[in-house]
Amino acid sequence: MTAYVVRGARVVGGEPTDLLIRDGVVEAVGPDADVAGATRVDADGLVALPGLVDLHTHLREPGREDAETVESGSRAAALGGYTAVCAMANTDPVADTAGVVEQVYRLGQAAGLVDVQPIGAVTVGLAGERMAELGAMADSAARVRIFSDDGHCVADPRMMRRALEYVKAFDGVVAQHAEEPRLTVGAQMHEGEWSARLGLTGWPAVAEEAIIARDALLAGHVGARLHICHVSTAGSVEILRWAKSKGFRVTAEVTPHHLLLTDELAAGYDPVFKVNPPLRTDEDVAALRAALAEGVIDVVATDHAPHTTEDKECEWPYARPGMLGLQTALPVVLDTMLEPGLLDWDTVAERMSRRPARIAGLTDHGHDPAPGAPANLTLVDPAARITVDPADLASPSRNTPYAGRTLPGRIVATFLRGEATVLDGKAQK
Amino acid sequence: MIAHLLSAADLDRETATLVLDTATEMATVAGREVKKLPTLRGRTVVNLFYEDSTRTRTSFEVAAKRLSADVINFSAKGSSVSKGESLKDTALTLQAMGADAVVIRHSASGAAHRLAHWVDGSVVNAGDGTHEHPTQALLDAYTMRSRLGKLDGVRVAIVGDVLHSRVARSNVTLLATLGAEVTLVSPPTLLPVGVDSWPAAVSYDLDAVLPDTDAVMMLRVQRERMNDSFFPSAREYARRYGLDGARMRALPDHAIVMHPGPMNRGMEIAPEVADSARSTIVEQVANGVSVRMAVLYLLLGGKS
Repeated sequence: MTAYVVRGARVVGGEPTDLLIRDGVVEAVGPDADVAGATRVDADGLVALPGLVDLHTHLREPGREDAETVESGSRAAALGGYTAVCAMANTDPVADTAGVVEQVYRLGQAAGLVDVQPIGAVTVGLAGERMAELGAMADSAARVRIFSDDGHCVADPRMMRRALEYVKAFDGVVAQHAEEPRLTVGAQMHEGEWSARLGLTGWPAVAEEAIIARDALLAGHVGARLHICHVSTAGSVEILRWAKSKGFRVTAEVTPHHLLLTDELAAGYDPVFKVNPPLRTDEDVAALRAALAEGVIDVVATDHAPHTTEDKECEWPYARPGMLGLQTALPVVLDTMLEPGLLDWDTVAERMSRRPARIAGLTDHGHDPAPGAPANLTLVDPAARITVDPADLASPSRNTPYAGRTLPGRIVATFLRGEATVLDGKAQK
Repeated sequence: MIAHLLSAADLDRETATLVLDTATEMATVAGREVKKLPTLRGRTVVNLFYEDSTRTRTSFEVAAKRLSADVINFSAKGSSVSKGESLKDTALTLQAMGADAVVIRHSASGAAHRLAHWVDGSVVNAGDGTHEHPTQALLDAYTMRSRLGKLDGVRVAIVGDVLHSRVARSNVTLLATLGAEVTLVSPPTLLPVGVDSWPAAVSYDLDAVLPDTDAVMMLRVQRERMNDSFFPSAREYARRYGLDGARMRALPDHAIVMHPGPMNRGMEIAPEVADSARSTIVEQVANGVSVRMAVLYLLLGGKS
């Protein structure tokens, strides 16, 4: 295995230093970190972060390989600075059995660009009616710990209670897509001034907040772990703050797009801005940023959701919801959080690597580059500016909402267990 | 002049007034023995209708033909992403056939906006989902101006299912542009969240509004809405928000009663009201042709 000497990197934003990466670990840090024959990586001006961990990725395989595969999604992830992604269960067939989660896990191993940790469905076929074999998925080679019907809410309160309780046996967590389905029938965008004007059926904030409140109470009642996917409203933040103050074991994620974009982007009816939960208002964006800074929202997760051109180049109501996110997540977080001073490098590492790794139970990930730590890390140039070109992205899909937008931060290199998956901004396989 | 007519918001006061003035001239054509002008000879107007609407399609067809345009009716009913050709492919087909204008009716809000990205010709929105129907608003404004003599300061009540109404959205915008005072009257369930940002007052009480109204516009209310709990029954809706003879008599003597059609007689409007001398319903249909002639003329006539 190749040894690497990374020269002059600022580890989590600290003073420039050298890193020796060999045999899958960070062997040494400091001026003595060197070995004959090592490949040198000039990291002058670059920041070294623990490899990013995404709790919410749609890789689309099996079933929609025309939109994304485990391999193409893994490549996008590595290029975005990720070393581990959690693959959502809403594939076709649904990842609701040990067989499917093991298939996804093995496809990830074969691609070898990031660790692909499958998420298991809570209910059979995401139908919300019968509990999937959660224990079998937990015991499988994929060692599933996160369970989610994402794309659908586990709406039945009794089913949700049982799932929360059941996964305690193997320290699992239920990741809830919080959306009361009876309040979002036909919903197309955030319900407010813009939906009224555009004549698109509204997705009210209360449909998210009501489920978060209910499930936080349930998690508290049965002493279980609950994770809330893609929090999008200011009201949700208040409920999460309250739930945490009660000591309930609740964690939450926010997507990059909910930190940057707002509902008025729907005005041109371009479905590239259609996403579920929908883009909200300026007030929501401000509350989400503050909550992420404060830690009420624990992590940033991409909800990377590739869709084919034909599923997006159509009338808004017919388009599928979702946006690409893996390759733009860190730049958006630098733009919305680091540069305005809401987060520093240490808290960026916490929200995008350490904390998500702990929630997912990924013990090899989320460690700062230090002697003996697994060499899962990424190097970012914070001074660089990227202009997003959909054609440059690794995914076969093109549905990025940031086309033409200039964002700070270029991911220069990513290492997975000591092996370079990205060098000079290019995927190594 | 503007390139497309997608929304009533595309029209500023000057342009909207120009359309209405032009429509007045166009109306004189209807009185002639030969109801035809040579203005758009050699130009092609496509009616692209994804929803059944014989009255609107026919109105546009008559308007285009009176201006001597070639008219193609492209019925795409029932088509969607699930079956048949995509809107984009249809747009590229029409483009290749040399359509100078495409008049589109579609069940999806925003369809006309999308179409305008894909064709070079002018796009006229003939109703997109629950979004807008700008030529309906123009013909309503034309009708009010011809009956009441002005629009500035005219008090208009728009009554009914505002939430699902493209007619209401276009009318609120256009009437505000032209200086009228709009009050929306509806059960709270049939008003959109966010309506407070519109340039209109809101009332839940029809009887309180009628005595101070110069024009009352009744919107079509689908009986099936009661299945989604927007209101308990057609009977209760008619009792609280329907325009019957007694309510009509509460209007000022000069006030007019409008309806974009098709009507649900006995639901939002009583037959006695629909057939009364105050009703402009048939006149609106005739005015629709004049207004659509004006729109096509101004969109296409300016280009050579």
